[in-house]
Amino acid sequence: MAKLTIDGVEVEVPDGTSILNAARQIGGALVPPAMCYYSSLKETGGKCRVCLVKVAQGSTKDPRPMPKLVASCRTPVGDGMVVQNLTSPEVLEARKGVVEFLLLNHPLDCPICDQAGECDLQNLAYEHGASTTRYEGERRTFEKIDIGDKIKLHMTRCILCYRCTYVADQLTNERVHGVIGRGDRAEISTYIQKAVDNDFSGNMIDVCPVGALTDRTFRFKSRVWFTDPKDAHRNCTKCSGKVVLWMKGDEVLRVTARKDQYGEVKEYICNECRFEHKKVSDWTVEGPRHIDRHSVIAQNHYEKIDLQKLKKEVERQLEFQRGKQLPENEIHS
Amino acid sequence: MGRKLLLEHIDVPGIETFEVYRKKGGYASVEKALKTMTPDAVTDEVKRSGMRGRGGAGFPTGMKWSFLDRKSTKPRYMVCNADESEPGTFKDRYLMEKIPHLLIEGMITSSYALGANTSFIYIRGEYMYVLQILEKAIDEAYAKGFLGKNILGTDFSLDLYVHPGAGAYICGEETALLESLEGKRGNPRLKPPFPAIAGLYASPTVVNNVETIAAVVPIVNMGGDEYAKIGIGKSTGTKLISASGHINKPGVYEIELGLPVEEFIFSEEYCGGVWKDRRLKAVVAGGSSVPILPTELILTTAKGEPRLMSYESLSDGGFATGTMLGSGGFIVMDETTDIVKNLYTFARFYHHESCGQCSPCREGTGWMEKILHRLHHGHGKKEDIDILVDVAKKIEGNTICPLGDAAAWPVASAVRHFRKEFEEAVVQESLLVNG
Ligand SMILES: Cc1cc2nc3c(=O)[nH]c(=O)nc-3n(C[C@H](O)[C@H](O)[C@H](O)COP(=O)(O)O)c2cc1C
Ligand code: SF4
Ligand code: SF4
Ligand code: FES
Repeated sequence: MAKLTIDGVEVEVPDGTSILNAARQIGGALVPPAMCYYSSLKETGGKCRVCLVKVAQGSTKDPRPMPKLVASCRTPVGDGMVVQNLTSPEVLEARKGVVEFLLLNHPLDCPICDQAGECDLQNLAYEHGASTTRYEGERRTFEKIDIGDKIKLHMTRCILCYRCTYVADQLTNERVHGVIGRGDRAEISTYIQKAVDNDFSGNMIDVCPVGALTDRTFRFKSRVWFTDPKDAHRNCTKCSGKVVLWMKGDEVLRVTARKDQYGEVKEYICNECRFEHKKVSDWTVEGPRHIDRHSVIAQNHYEKIDLQKLKKEVERQLEFQRGKQLPENEIHS
Repeated sequence: MGRKLLLEHIDVPGIETFEVYRKKGGYASVEKALKTMTPDAVTDEVKRSGMRGRGGAGFPTGMKWSFLDRKSTKPRYMVCNADESEPGTFKDRYLMEKIPHLLIEGMITSSYALGANTSFIYIRGEYMYVLQILEKAIDEAYAKGFLGKNILGTDFSLDLYVHPGAGAYICGEETALLESLEGKRGNPRLKPPFPAIAGLYASPTVVNNVETIAAVVPIVNMGGDEYAKIGIGKSTGTKLISASGHINKPGVYEIELGLPVEEFIFSEEYCGGVWKDRRLKAVVAGGSSVPILPTELILTTAKGEPRLMSYESLSDGGFATGTMLGSGGFIVMDETTDIVKNLYTFARFYHHESCGQCSPCREGTGWMEKILHRLHHGHGKKEDIDILVDVAKKIEGNTICPLGDAAAWPVASAVRHFRKEFEEAVVQESLLVNG
């Protein structure tokens, strides 16, 4: 086990845990954002750089600070490690830079994007970005591609987090898509626009943090915030059958897997559940789905992150730690 | 005349053949190592030599070798980095083309020291003709019993392969190189683990530059202590310098580390002075990735001491007033050089070569190129210079691999030392608009 502090808050986690996951153990405001890491997909992370943190002390044994900011999602903790996230101006400055980079070539077509309202990039930009852009260049664009009859690839919105390629590697039995080209010309592509038909390929839609991969059976049907999400399940031989139905009245507009508070799917679903069962009678409805993600539009907070407020929150957590135990609902607010 | 350890026989006719190379004392290090030394003893000599890697970062080679995981039950690999794509650097090509057996000899001796029985030379795709030269030399070495099973009757066996890249600078970064060698897309890996623990096929691997491996030959022949006497301070031995730009005698020179920069540029033995009787304006001393320095700072340090061709002297003053020896790509610019244009050229290169994996480098390199394009063509805005510096700052240190830094450093240094030229690039535009 390793004991470390993140922004002064203490936490103990098994050796080998990443700083990000240690922060998630604590929960709340001091959890670094993550755009490419995905806990249920091996080898993800390290690429987007929004989760950068400062390691002010490596460990008790080797107290030297790490020379550069590190990607918290892929850096293992050390016993006695001192991590700074919100308490480091350097980290906040670098993160602001990363958000600016991520938005540089992004079309910002949220008004016509199916992902709007549940988009990690939108959330990130509101919380950590600057409100104006200094970039005046042309943005890169790509033609939209249909990957089979169920999935639409709108590469122009892609932030190259590589998550979908790991889905292809790890969940489907035959990989037919990946990254071609390099630099800012790199693109997600299928091998000569081959249809991705595989029982689990639909999961790439759920792991995509932006609107680059969308469900063709749902495209333009409704804004997500006008739909009514319900937990439901059915007996399925291929997957757990545990899903969220996105309803409008009695109509099932969309079926997705269930995401946790960090926007991550822990139980992937098969394409049959996702695409073929759009009748309520196909499902046992469990009840309304609580969307605990602090999505921009879900919560109506169109403002930038308020540092003073965040610091207060962290201080409050610290006080709790010194005195009382943190109540469960405080941890995952 | 400085001592030549690598290029001594470079002009001997037929030196590219096994026969002539052997007559000139070639493959002596293999005989000495395999027959009279243990692998650890060879590593020890390299450690004692103090030689630092010649690929750019200058990491002590002996130390790198000692990190190799010798307890692992997996096979170990020795990989030669011959991807040489840094603008201004062409020494490895010269060496491989002219005296291929020197590299092969170094590969055998080094592989023996590391206990590697399969080794690779990863060569940049554009060097296809050099690949053919190497393969011919390798065939000869096999035929003469220096490669293959039971070399020189010992129980050491080695197979050596040459593998071409497909034209990506990033594949010179050692972990991208290993990915590419494994047949994958050449994206740098996240470290740790370092190659010494999990490199090629997740096995313990050492990656060294062509010149580093070639230098193992004289080190083993003369002994590490003798080698350490050459050079100056912690910069031991000789170094190949690719000299290019506005000089009378461009080419590859072997220098003893510690040679004054002034002597290197102006003496007849080396660059022969700035061409066309022009004045020196600036030098990029270690390949396009290192900070550019104006005349007064390349000839003397900020303290006023003569600047020497050594790792320590060139980096004296840090990035504020110093630079780096890097890969030894020495680019000289005369008084007519347009620094903004030069920087634009470099920025274009890094934008083109970014692998695109991490956001700061993928997006930032393109942004910097666009701003510099504007400045170069006289459409620059006043804010551009500060944005440029800020973008470079936001890339630096925040990426997966050092290509991000390599793209940022030239920008930061060019604006630091030649800010006036950038400001003039902006002013010109306002003249155009108003006039
Ligand atoms: C973008 C990039 C390109 C590189 N290209 C080369 C190269 O062409 N040749 C080389 O020897 N090292 C290159 N390097 C350095 C290698 O990563 C590695 O440090 C080197 O091969 C180690 O060899 P050495 O210890 O003998 O210097 C490059 C590094 C980066 C970041
Ligand atoms: S398509 Fe989506 S999941 Fe795939 S790399 Fe792009 S942003 Fe990531
Ligand atoms: S710094 Fe650039 S080249 Fe290196 S991994 Fe990141 S995107 Fe690729
Ligand atoms: S989440 Fe850590 S780098 Fe992307």
